Amino acid sequence: MSLDDATVRKIATLARIDLADADLAPLAKELSGIMSWIEQLQEVDTDAVEPMSGGTDMTLSWRKDAVSDGGHADKVLANAPEAHEGFFGVPKVVE
Amino acid sequence: MTFLIKGETETWEVVIGLEVHAQVISNAKLFSGAPTDFGAEPNSQVSFVDAGMPGMLPVINEVAVEQAVRTGLGLKAQINKRSVFARKNYFYADLPQGYQISQFELPIVGEGTIILDMSDGTSREVGIERLHLEQDAGKSIHDLHPSKSFIDLNRSGVTLMEIVSNPDMRSPDEAGAYLRKLRSIVRYLGTCDGNMDEGSMRCDANVSVRPVGSTELRTRCEVKNVNSVRFVMQAIEHEARRHVDIYESGGDIQQETRLYDPNKGETRQMRSKEFAHDYRYFPDPDLLPLVFDDDYVESIKATLPELPDEKKERFMSDYDLTAYDAGVLVVEKETSAYYEDVAKGRDPKAAANWVITNLFGALNKKGISITDSPVSAANLGKLIDLISDDTISGRIAKDVFEVMVEEGEDPEFIVDERGLKQIRDTGSIEAAIEQVMADNSDKVEEYRGGKDKLLGWFVGQVMKQTGGKANPGMLNELLRKKLSP
Repeated sequence: MSLDDATVRKIATLARIDLADADLAPLAKELSGIMSWIEQLQEVDTDAVEPMSGGTDMTLSWRKDAVSDGGHADKVLANAPEAHEGFFGVPKVVE
Repeated sequence: MTFLIKGETETWEVVIGLEVHAQVISNAKLFSGAPTDFGAEPNSQVSFVDAGMPGMLPVINEVAVEQAVRTGLGLKAQINKRSVFARKNYFYADLPQGYQISQFELPIVGEGTIILDMSDGTSREVGIERLHLEQDAGKSIHDLHPSKSFIDLNRSGVTLMEIVSNPDMRSPDEAGAYLRKLRSIVRYLGTCDGNMDEGSMRCDANVSVRPVGSTELRTRCEVKNVNSVRFVMQAIEHEARRHVDIYESGGDIQQETRLYDPNKGETRQMRSKEFAHDYRYFPDPDLLPLVFDDDYVESIKATLPELPDEKKERFMSDYDLTAYDAGVLVVEKETSAYYEDVAKGRDPKAAANWVITNLFGALNKKGISITDSPVSAANLGKLIDLISDDTISGRIAKDVFEVMVEEGEDPEFIVDERGLKQIRDTGSIEAAIEQVMADNSDKVEEYRGGKDKLLGWFVGQVMKQTGGKANPGMLNELLRKKLSP
């Protein structure tokens, strides 16, 4: 499978990656390489195999419903490029 | 109660499916130990997991799992003993991880049903497609700064149940009934408080239309985050009419997400989420499959309360109530408990009438809920006793009830204090009758001359004479006797 430039452009937009036009063609080639590798994997017959969602056969462990965190807004905001009155400040996004 | 839209060229039917996000009642969040209380200082209830900090791992809260299973059982739904969490990818300022942890292919709860109680007493079944667990996003506030939006992550990571219906509803009324019933069920179960105005229950409506008689499903639009039952119903109606207008003028509907503006009474397109439908779900590599066994499900089943549908059935069979009355009484479990206290050992229909007509009327007028009722169930019961043992008449009882609503007093006390006891002694009633007859000798003549209809007028006059307290049966009998020539 080979990806065209428009598809690569869409994937970049979805991932919010700013891509120069000159980078489109090389990236399309690299991504197409990954896709063909996955196509190759799909040739394996997995009809009798239960689909997995991870690499082990362990299951999720559960936590008690107890409050054990929070109360440190200063730490949460410490790396924020902008903070105002306990909030993160971001460019205005209004619907 | 069919809802059809008459267009220029055709008559149209509306097809509605609802997605409800219900905030789970729990102390801590779905994947972190931060608290969930409403209205705390900004970012004070945020762990590094909720803030999407690198290297943090989510660990599931056992109560979130239990509440989802409990809700699934309440919806008579299939419980999936193995489910999987997936990442739903999108960019938004209040979603710090860049994805929401949700469930996609394997949700914790599968197909179920909800029975709608319509206002005409009929019932309808609506299919539930699924219920899955997911994280809530943070909150954006746009009016605190001229050029910035402020982000509060307190809600980020709080447990939501997304409950998705089949496209089984055909009118705004049915959508309203669905939301009210779902709210009633989660409140009975104690899994969500159901407050739409605080945002702990939010609704997205999927709306499409089709010509009557057709079975096709046309392109739908999703109307997002409508925050009251009334607005959901309005939004659906507006959106359906918009579709009809577009189809009839030769246009086509694009699948898109829209917002309802209750002030303008219209829906409009959301601008920001252009790629909203390309979420690129994949299993979350941070989370193993969620697995439990039959014993776990049974142990939750054993603690389920009597739910509204079963209670309604019981009220209809044990108390001989109509479907409508039973349906109204079971919406809130507090109301049904109140009713059962009043009905205990009394005429259940009289009890239902007093609760539904008089008490609900008074509470609505005051804008308070039944838990704050100035009239206790015990006192309302006593009032009914006073009528049934003939201490007071039904008419006086209404006056006594008014006083109870204002003063919260015991009805026996009110009746005694105000001298409202029914007059049952023949002498006093006869004296009143004689007085009225003496004052109206012309009317007595007319009556005796054959004008039978005047009897009612005489009853009214004698009642007035006794301050409404004469026993109506005795009054009628004595009056006839006295008036007969």
